[in-house]
Amino acid sequence: MLKSAVGRSVPRKEGRDKVTGKARYIDDIVFPNMLHGTTVRSAVARGRLKKIHFEGKIPWEEFTIVTAADIPGDNYVALILYDQPFLVKDLINHPEEPVVLLAHPDKYLLEEARLHVRLEVEPLPPVLNMEESLSRKEIIWGEDNVFKTYRVEKGDIQNCWSQADLIVEGEYHTGAQEQLYIENNGMIAGAGPTDGVTVWGSMQCPYYIHKALLPLFKLPAEKIRIIQTETGGGFGGKEEYPSMIAGHAALLAWKSGRPVKIVYDRAEDMVATTKRHPSRTRHRTAVTKEGKILGMEIDFVIDGGAYATLSAVVLSRGTIHAAGPYSCPNVRVIARAVATNTPPHGAFRGFGAPQSIFALERHMDWVAGKLGMPPDEFRKKNFVKTGQTTATSQIIHEKIDMGALLDRSLKLSDYHAKRELFAKTNPTSKIKRGIGFASFMHGSGFTGSGEKMLASVVAVEATPEGRVRVLAASTEIGQGTNTIFSQIASDAVGIDYDAIEIFQPDTANVPNSGPTVASRTVMIVGKLVESATLGLKQTLQKSGLLSEKYTTAEFQKACVDYIHKFGPLKSFSQYKQPPGINWDDEKYQGDAYGAYAWAVYVAEVSVDTVTYETRIDNFYAIQEVGKVIHPLLAAGQIEGGIAQGIGYALYEKIVWKDGRMANNKMTNYIMPTAADVPPIHVYFEELPYEHGPSGAKGIGELPMDGPGPAILNAIEDATCLRLTHIPLMPEDLMEVMRAKYV
Amino acid sequence: MSKAETHIVEKIKVSCKVNGHDIHFQTYPMARLLDVLREELKLTGTKEGCGEGECGACSVMMNGELVDSCLVPALQVEGAEITTIEGVADQDKLHKVQSAFIACGGAQCGICTPGMILASMNILKKNKNPSDADIRDGLAGNLCRCTGYMKIFDAVRQACAAGASGGGMIHAWKSPAL
Repeated sequence: MLKSAVGRSVPRKEGRDKVTGKARYIDDIVFPNMLHGTTVRSAVARGRLKKIHFEGKIPWEEFTIVTAADIPGDNYVALILYDQPFLVKDLINHPEEPVVLLAHPDKYLLEEARLHVRLEVEPLPPVLNMEESLSRKEIIWGEDNVFKTYRVEKGDIQNCWSQADLIVEGEYHTGAQEQLYIENNGMIAGAGPTDGVTVWGSMQCPYYIHKALLPLFKLPAEKIRIIQTETGGGFGGKEEYPSMIAGHAALLAWKSGRPVKIVYDRAEDMVATTKRHPSRTRHRTAVTKEGKILGMEIDFVIDGGAYATLSAVVLSRGTIHAAGPYSCPNVRVIARAVATNTPPHGAFRGFGAPQSIFALERHMDWVAGKLGMPPDEFRKKNFVKTGQTTATSQIIHEKIDMGALLDRSLKLSDYHAKRELFAKTNPTSKIKRGIGFASFMHGSGFTGSGEKMLASVVAVEATPEGRVRVLAASTEIGQGTNTIFSQIASDAVGIDYDAIEIFQPDTANVPNSGPTVASRTVMIVGKLVESATLGLKQTLQKSGLLSEKYTTAEFQKACVDYIHKFGPLKSFSQYKQPPGINWDDEKYQGDAYGAYAWAVYVAEVSVDTVTYETRIDNFYAIQEVGKVIHPLLAAGQIEGGIAQGIGYALYEKIVWKDGRMANNKMTNYIMPTAADVPPIHVYFEELPYEHGPSGAKGIGELPMDGPGPAILNAIEDATCLRLTHIPLMPEDLMEVMRAKYV
Repeated sequence: MSKAETHIVEKIKVSCKVNGHDIHFQTYPMARLLDVLREELKLTGTKEGCGEGECGACSVMMNGELVDSCLVPALQVEGAEITTIEGVADQDKLHKVQSAFIACGGAQCGICTPGMILASMNILKKNKNPSDADIRDGLAGNLCRCTGYMKIFDAVRQACAAGASGGGMIHAWKSPAL
């Protein structure tokens, strides 16, 4: 009997190349006759482009120069809306908008040339933050600066206030955050009228780029080909912006007739590409004196930047997670994504949920405090239970017991004893210690009817050597997709893990399994891998080449024989929504996600009241995620997400100046180092989800949601300060502390 | 380096040892060792993450010290002995630190991994039995955005337990450019 691959930490498929330096990322690839490309950007937040001047002692005749006038097709990056141009023609809407593209064989001369392109611009008054945008003093997008509004209504919020013993209000803010993958964005393109356009590069979503390049070149679908190269991290930052870079490289290649490489340096990547949406959330909560929540009114606003990009979808996830894992009869959420003259904000792990969950879980502690009730007790009175409903009136069918998960977390972290101890020792110590937690859930896969509309496809084929090969557009970006798909395929038909291989995502060869986002790769795409692999087996058995019971060698021989006898053997599987999932896009009510991951995170901190530094001493992450396919990779996802969450809470502050990031360097935008991270203790609970492969749900984004509120709750426990903003840098803490005590 | 400088300054001749091989090349005096390795010698295992000595993705060993190759000008390389990630494994046989990174999940996206492995070897070279604090300190100049570092710490501890030392870099590699 073959040992199951699922549930074991089998060796990573691409591990060896990564530790020997053989793995080839986009900047490691050089094509003969290749040019380097660069981007001239606008430098003002808002204005009208009057003229472009090419100055200095630059041999301009040697350069390939592309402006909006050179675009062969439509000048927009096709995504949800078609409002963002590849190159500015007339109106400039943010300080890093691409205006001119240059290419030259010498990348040093290219940089000199970039500095000698002067843009003549008539400035217009910019809108630089959410409040200015909401005030509509300048209209910069649509009729009212609002990209999208959602309203969630459950019960009767108007009538709950009069029944409340206490009404508690709070306002919370989160900052932008840079994904800071260590490999910067980059693309190489080859293009011409005969062969069409081919792009290689660092990306999460090959078919997004494919979609964006079709109107740009007005070519038939088969003339656009997108190939993912080894990708050095994404975290959402390589979801939509790569379409822009791919388009730019392809435009330069189209005009020059030579391959063109554009690789951003760190400063350009940080200043120009997408970041996490800043947010502002207002809560108004009605509670009884026994601690039962009667009503939650939530006003959630995110800053989308200059163009619509993915803001509507980010807002959607933030909206649905805004009321969290609590059962409340009356809920109103009003959510808006607004336009500002900053580079568009975009996808980043968690996708709106870390913002609204930060506000909620800070507010829950605040309300508990107002009630004079311990925060754990207050939450336990309100957790949604199996059979009860969320804010969108989704009935929870999962057998989750958040109260038990919380109890386990508090026990594992020794929460109660530590809280008691710190309360005793803090008054006489300059170092204040504290412990806090956040309880939350994160939906797996696309929101609402998203997966149904995507209708993703996976193929599995047999190779002439008798190996089983998975074809999907889901990209390996460090999280272990290749390994996990192989485990799932291996278990689906009971053959050896080593007999499975993964085809490198390439739109000419793999079907569209959807974007690599939304914690969907395992639960949604993995399920398709499972069913397509089963389809392969069924074909072999129907053909009479494979008996009911078989070994890996027999399975492989059957594949070889089949191909010999009948030709290619390939099996497809397309997503079909499981029965019982109903979503109303108009009312924003119904089954928002097929399944959720559930978690309680506990942070233990020391706050130095002399230096205002916060050190995290321990971090405990307890989560229920369905079946864990690969324990080592799963723990790696959780730990990595928590480190990013620690950065979000304490270190990673973007300084905005006239709509652009002023600290676009790793020296002044600080992410956690090996010296900063606490010991992270990870625990899984497994309640198999019937529609996930082997019962798995999504986990990738989950760990981003909890650290922010858990850490600030712990700091509040340590310092008794009311803290409402992240990131909380030492200087921010100093301000709050001085305001209270000095 | 100012990019314009490359066009007004004379190239210099540099001789050094890379992964045990004698190497001679001509370049601008302020050319970055990182670019020499990647572009002249085609040793692309050394990565550029930030270009300003913050992230450590470009770490190499130079004269027995761990350095950020983005901060080392070519004129300082004369006579130096350099080891890059390509010089770590013995043909197909991985170094114990490399094996430990695979076994412990120390590499996710892999872009920081070459630098992390060299930094880990540097820790074990200086200290046969590093404490957790020594490991954290020794890796503090190498940023990883994927792992949260826990699995990298595990890898260093496991390599240490397996008897890995910072030495044992095998000079059996040849540059694709030679």
